[in-house]
Amino acid sequence: MSAVVRYLPLLLLAAAWEVASRLGIVSSLALPALSEVALAWVEMLRSGELVTNGASSLWRGGAGLALAIVVGAALGIAMAWWRPVNAALGPLVEMFYPMPKSALIPVTAVWLGFGDGSKILLIFLGCMLPVTIGAFNGARGSDQALVWSARSMGAGRLKVLWDVVMPSALPEMLNGIRTALALAFILLVSSELIVARDGLGNLIGYLGNNGTYDAMFAVVLTVAFLGFAADRVYQALMGRLLAWRE
Amino acid sequence: MARIAGTTAEPLPAGTGAGRRALHAAGWAMARAAPILLLGLAWEALAMSGTLTFYQLPRLSAVLVRIWTDAAAGDLLLNTGVTLYRALTGFAIAAVGGVILGMAMSRNAAVRWLFDPIVSVGFPMPKITFLPVVMLWLGVYDVSKIAMVVLDAIFPVVTATLSGIAGVDRHLIWSARNMGASRSELLWQIVLPAASPQIMTGLQVALPVALIVAVLVEMLMGGYGLGAAMVHAWRFADSHGVFAGIVEIAVVGYVLVKAMSLMRRRLLLWHQEALAPSTV
Repeated sequence: MSAVVRYLPLLLLAAAWEVASRLGIVSSLALPALSEVALAWVEMLRSGELVTNGASSLWRGGAGLALAIVVGAALGIAMAWWRPVNAALGPLVEMFYPMPKSALIPVTAVWLGFGDGSKILLIFLGCMLPVTIGAFNGARGSDQALVWSARSMGAGRLKVLWDVVMPSALPEMLNGIRTALALAFILLVSSELIVARDGLGNLIGYLGNNGTYDAMFAVVLTVAFLGFAADRVYQALMGRLLAWRE
Repeated sequence: MARIAGTTAEPLPAGTGAGRRALHAAGWAMARAAPILLLGLAWEALAMSGTLTFYQLPRLSAVLVRIWTDAAAGDLLLNTGVTLYRALTGFAIAAVGGVILGMAMSRNAAVRWLFDPIVSVGFPMPKITFLPVVMLWLGVYDVSKIAMVVLDAIFPVVTATLSGIAGVDRHLIWSARNMGASRSELLWQIVLPAASPQIMTGLQVALPVALIVAVLVEMLMGGYGLGAAMVHAWRFADSHGVFAGIVEIAVVGYVLVKAMSLMRRRLLLWHQEALAPSTV
């Protein structure tokens, strides 16, 4: 019941959309009715268009993000743990972190062409630094007393790294990954809109150019929902992973 | 915005003169610039070695020459100006609108009821997907580009304002009320200043987002601007132009983010965070 009250504004918005389009307050070209969008969605699901394009987008995003998490976390922890690594990489990270990642889209296309490779590279490069900075700040903030006690009880450097530094770096690192997750969606969709032959972003551009706006709205809402759902699932997972804290 | 600290200067030996201190600072600046110079040299060497074609990786020196000619022709200034205009206008609208919306939501139950689900569902969505829709409604000119920037940059500001106001120390508010502060005095003299560090953090998240989106919409819709120039160069297989674009966009991003964190330090000089070792 309380959930209904809470999300009532969204239902009202949806109803206003339907009414505005049906009554012709807004041209149905600019805003096809929500029910027509839903029909187009079902139609695309049935023809498999949504599934095949969705699968290739998901593969690109997933592979790029996974690479970014593994390499980014390793880099961040290495920077916090070995001073020379920090001295060598710190200035580079600081310089590239504020760079608008969208600038990499043409370059990755120059290197790897129109296919999966350029998107995976783009998402990897674009999402790596937030993870690195999260891992670095987390690992640097690990309680020095814990490190010392572990050392004095005879734990080797690698064991301390794994058992003390990694867990204490986890919360900030997971926050960095959440930023990376949002970035991955932005980079995926926009790179597919600019250079691709398939994928959900490409489908949106194609349908928009064709003028089949009801189908375009259906794909736009699908991608928006996927981004929202991915964030919610990730937050639940994060809560699980951090359940050991208090 | 997390900054890679950890390379703060080591304590100076007691009794050093101003000259030695300047030398020390210069030494540190050089130590920090060394990795960047090395990267530049490695780029040049890799491009010269012939393992990659000049299309895949033009020489850094050639790219710098290209940037220089663009600057001399006035293109660079025009494109940078246009991109900055779109990003900063959108950012300003998002900043003012976001703070006002956040304030309204925290003061008024009806406003909160209306916007809370929209904000919590809209924040994690990839708003860039709505670009074709915004193009359909507003065309391909500045209005739709700035609208996209606002759409993306406003969410971090709203949520930061909300949580900033929610986190204001109750005792501050009670004491102010007790001393007879009116509602508007309470808002302007107590609540907003106390929430300002968090609002500032929200703005610091929103600024790079604004720039990312400004470059993206230029890439997608064309017109002038750094993003559009880059995609234009790429369409004509002019990879010098592409790499020049990357360098220019990276520099603009770096300068903006730095300026923002300097501004934070200035504005929040009165706050105790200014005394703490800065990670921002």
